[in-house]
Amino acid sequence: MTGIKQNDYLKYKRIYKLNTKICILDYGSGNVASVRNSFDRLGLESFISNEALDVMRASHLVLPGVGAFKASMEKIENELPLDLIRAQILLGKPLLGICVGMQVFAESGFEFEIHPGLNLIPGSEVIELPANVSKPHVGWDSIEIQNYHPILNSIDDGADFYFVHSYIVTKIDNSSLIASCDYGIKFPAVLVKDNLIGVQFHPEKSQSNGDKLLRNFVELVT
Amino acid sequence: MKKKRVIPVLLHKEGWLVQSKSFREYKKLGNAQKAVQRLSEWDSDELIYLDISKTESYTTNRSDTAAPDYQNLAELFGAVSKVARMPITIGGGIKTLNDIEVRLRAGADKISINRAAFANPSFITLASREFGRQCIVVSIDYEEFGVERHLYIDGKNKSNGSSKSALEWILKVEELGAGEVLLNSVSRDGMKSGYDISFLEKVANKLNIPVIACGGAGNWEHLAEVLTETNVDAVAAANIFHFQDQSVYLARRHLASKGLPVRPPSIQMRSRVN
Repeated sequence: MTGIKQNDYLKYKRIYKLNTKICILDYGSGNVASVRNSFDRLGLESFISNEALDVMRASHLVLPGVGAFKASMEKIENELPLDLIRAQILLGKPLLGICVGMQVFAESGFEFEIHPGLNLIPGSEVIELPANVSKPHVGWDSIEIQNYHPILNSIDDGADFYFVHSYIVTKIDNSSLIASCDYGIKFPAVLVKDNLIGVQFHPEKSQSNGDKLLRNFVELVT
Repeated sequence: MKKKRVIPVLLHKEGWLVQSKSFREYKKLGNAQKAVQRLSEWDSDELIYLDISKTESYTTNRSDTAAPDYQNLAELFGAVSKVARMPITIGGGIKTLNDIEVRLRAGADKISINRAAFANPSFITLASREFGRQCIVVSIDYEEFGVERHLYIDGKNKSNGSSKSALEWILKVEELGAGEVLLNSVSRDGMKSGYDISFLEKVANKLNIPVIACGGAGNWEHLAEVLTETNVDAVAAANIFHFQDQSVYLARRHLASKGLPVRPPSIQMRSRVN
C-alpha cells in the first residue's frame, strides 16, 4: 500500500491495535460486511452487533448506512439500543456515521414527506440533490477542505472519495463543516460535531484515502 | 469534480473467469477471485461481477489454479467481496428480493438485474423501494440491426431475438426506479471494434440516471472516444483488462492524457498492510 510508511504503520499497530474495539452497529444496513472488511485489512478489531454490552465495551462506534432515510430511521429505531448509544455519545465515545448513517444525525429528512431523524445536530435537514443534476450522485468525487480537523490528517485537499447518494445534509454550522463536495450544489462531505463524525462518502470503498480516514477516526481517543 | 468511471467487468461461469465473444463463445481465463484481487490492488474505480453460470456448480475441480473452490454462491461472493477494496456490483441469476439481500449481505454494493427485470418490470420498483435506488443497476443487452437497436433477451438463441426497441425499454427502466443502466451491445461483444457511440450518445442525453457503456473495447482509445463523444457516466469493458499487467493504470493514464476527468492514475504495489 503506497503512502503509508512502515514506521507509521508499526506505530499505529503498537498503540491502537490493542485498545481499539470498534462496534459496527447492525440494524440491517447492507454495507456492514464491507466496513468490517476494511477494519480487518487495517488490522483493527471490530465486531458487528446491536447488543447493548457490545456498544458499551466498544472504544469506537460506527453507524453504517446505504439507501433511503426513512427506511433506515425505522430500522435504527427498531434494532438499536438508542438510549444507550445517545448516552455513550454524551460520554464522548467517537461515532462515525457513513452515508445515510450520517444523514440520520439530522433533525429531519425530506423524502416524499418529513421524517424525524436522530436530531444529534439540531436544526439540520436532509434534502434531495437539485433537479438539474444526474441522480444518484454515484462515483468518485473530490472533496474541498473547509476547516481543519484531525479526521482529515494526511488527506489532501481535492482527494477523491466514493459517493453513492441522492440526498444531502443542509443547514449545519460553518464550524461543523470540515469538507464539502460540489455536485451542482455544495454539500457537506465531512462534518464533525464534538465526537460525532459524519461522512457522506463511503470510506470503506475509497481505497487508500478511505483507509487513511478510518485510521484517523480510530486515532480519535477520548 | 466528479470523475468518469472506468469499470472492469468480470464474467464468471461455473467457477471460472471467462472471456466472452458475442455471448456464444467462452474461453476460460483463470480464477475469478484472483482477478478481483488483482484489479483491487490496481485501484480500479469499481468492479462489475457477472455470474453467467448455467449450472449450480462452482467448483473447477482443478488443483493448478492455486485458489480454493467454493460450494455455493454466497461463499463465492463472500470471498470475492473480501478482496474488493472498491465498490462491487454483482449480477446474474437474481430473481427475488432475497437473492438481492444475499448478495448485499455478502458484501456487494450494488446488484445488477437483467432478465428478471424484463420478465417482471415491477420487480425493479420493488427492489429499488426496498434497497434504495442507488443499489439497483439494470443491465440491458441489445443487438444492432443497421440503425435499429433490438433487445437481446434470452441467452444464445438468436432466433428468439425480440424486435422490441431497446431505447423504449431503457426509458421505461429509469421510470420504474433503476439507479443506473448498464448497456451492452451483443453485436460488439468481444469484437474489439469500439463502442456503439451513436446509440450511447442518444441514450445518455435522454436519461437522468448514469449510463454505463459496455461492449466493443479493443484499445484504450476506444474508452477515450466514448467518454469524449457521449455523456455516459462510466465506461466498462471485460477482456481488455485481463491480459495486461497494470491495465487499470494504463487505461486511466491514457484517458488523463486526453484531458478526460478520471482519477489520477497510480501504480499500486503488491505489499499490503495486514
